[in-house]
Amino acid sequence: MGVGIEVKNLNAWYGQTHSLVDINLNMPANHATALIGPSGCGKSTFVRCLNRMHETNPIARATGSVRMGDIDVYKDASPVEIRRRIGMVFQRPNPFPTMSIYDNVASGLKLNGFRNRRIMDEVVERSLRGSALWDEVKDDLRKKSGASLSGGQQQRLCIARALAVEPEVLLMDEPASALDPVSTSKIEDLIFNLKSQYTIVIVTHNMQQAARVAENTGFFLNGRMVEFDSTHKIFTNPSDKRTEDYITGRFG
Amino acid sequence: MTETQQSGKLNSVLRSMANHTATGLAVASTILVVAPLLAIFGYLLYKGASSLNFDFFTKLPVPIGETGGGMANAIVGSAIVLGLGSMLGIPVGIASGVYLAEFGRGKLLANMVRFTADVLNGVPSIVMGISIYALIVLREKHFSAFAGGAVLGIMMIPTITRTTEEMLLTVPNVVREAALGLGVPNWRAVTSVMLRTASPGIITGCMLAFARVAGETAPLLFTAFGNEFWPKSLNQPIAALPLQIYTYAISPYDDQHRLAWAGALVLIILIMVSVTLVRYVTSHGVMKGAR
Ligand SMILES: Nc1ncnc2c1ncn2[C@@H]1O[C@H](COP(=O)(O)OP(=O)(O)OP(=O)(O)O)[C@@H](O)[C@H]1O
Ligand SMILES: [Mg+2]
Repeated sequence: MGVGIEVKNLNAWYGQTHSLVDINLNMPANHATALIGPSGCGKSTFVRCLNRMHETNPIARATGSVRMGDIDVYKDASPVEIRRRIGMVFQRPNPFPTMSIYDNVASGLKLNGFRNRRIMDEVVERSLRGSALWDEVKDDLRKKSGASLSGGQQQRLCIARALAVEPEVLLMDEPASALDPVSTSKIEDLIFNLKSQYTIVIVTHNMQQAARVAENTGFFLNGRMVEFDSTHKIFTNPSDKRTEDYITGRFG
Repeated sequence: MTETQQSGKLNSVLRSMANHTATGLAVASTILVVAPLLAIFGYLLYKGASSLNFDFFTKLPVPIGETGGGMANAIVGSAIVLGLGSMLGIPVGIASGVYLAEFGRGKLLANMVRFTADVLNGVPSIVMGISIYALIVLREKHFSAFAGGAVLGIMMIPTITRTTEEMLLTVPNVVREAALGLGVPNWRAVTSVMLRTASPGIITGCMLAFARVAGETAPLLFTAFGNEFWPKSLNQPIAALPLQIYTYAISPYDDQHRLAWAGALVLIILIMVSVTLVRYVTSHGVMKGAR
């Protein structure tokens, strides 16, 4: 089961750059939340703050509180534990280049000491099916490296890798930006199905995609969250003029 | 023909000339690199191959004046000293390379380590030999395989340290992020993902260091010293191929000169074989990633 995420007064910096300003947001369990906004507005920074990837950058800093269910992400647990429970698909596909396809998917389990081969085989197949990649790679699971796949295949491999560790929350930073329409719709179906088990936060530049998969949508602009509401409301009747300008393509 | 057409044609002639020149230069430099290697190897074959026989690999050296005999003890001795050296040099070199690349960014200690490694790389091997002689041999009051291994190991460290550091730095940051994002502890991400991704380059560095010290003679004169007999203990003077080659090469006897040539040939072949073998074995399980 997924758990909800509650963000209060989140601020984030890169050195002197104040990239997120006072973000307050509730992402309910087993729902998909879409984040939209022009390039550079802080969407990636925001999702990276949720699973504490932000702090892996030596110049980065964050304040405020993030709660996942009833634990405080920044106080009650180690970053390692948080990242295991909040999985992430990065904006740029980043498979492990020297590992086979199989090892890439199994890496989260293997690197955490899991050894059971039979279960691992099952998890790898289920995860690859989940990310709509299984049919394309099932014959070269151990023969090909993660880096030998096409960009879109690599992204689906990364999705499978994130699914394999069975997190409670899944953060997806523009997971479909490198995909063709067919795999994009497969990923969207996947997100739709995953909602029964996970809470999903998806960054996207594609508004139709947000409309298709997410119940709620947040609009970011210049490091602030301008508006957060049901996706339907955001796209049909936004309360903020800037949101309306953005979704109608008047700027952005 | 109009003027632009003409100049277009001229351009393409010039371009193809430049192209041919560049290719020619590349081929010429390749030949320049490969030629000395082939020349040396060919000459060694010519001088040494005729003295190679079964005895060479199985028999001990014979006293001066007698013919025959071999360098079996020196081959084994070299393997032992190089093995000891690798056991010291490879782990220490890789560990300090990992420290430099992953944990010591911008720290004073790291800068000192890096500087020391670079200086150490430039210290003449004979100076290394004398230092280990003073530090180990004089204190223990005898030459030994350990002392030989120590000097070769220390000589391997700087190359391995610096290649490990550089190879780790070429691993894209997104690979580290991928591992951390899966909830893998940092140390695990470094040892299992970063090192593994960089491993082809690191192995090359280790092999370079190994091949470089495998032929070292001067530092072994002060440490391993050489021995006419089979190695019995790591705490005694031990034979090594470069030492035996050196002894035979400066002797006045033709017989020993021939053995020296054969020894040099064997040394080169053994280095090539071990480098190839290590490469083959370690490349298993590490896939080539198209970058
Ligand atoms: N590693 C970094 N170092 C310094 N500044 C950064 C870094 N990453 C992001 N920033 C800054 O933080 C701000 C937000 O960047 P972020 O990557 O979160 O934007 P984004 O909304 O994800 O954009 P895009 O849609 O292009 O991915 C930008 O102004 C950017 O310049
Ligand atoms: Mg982004």
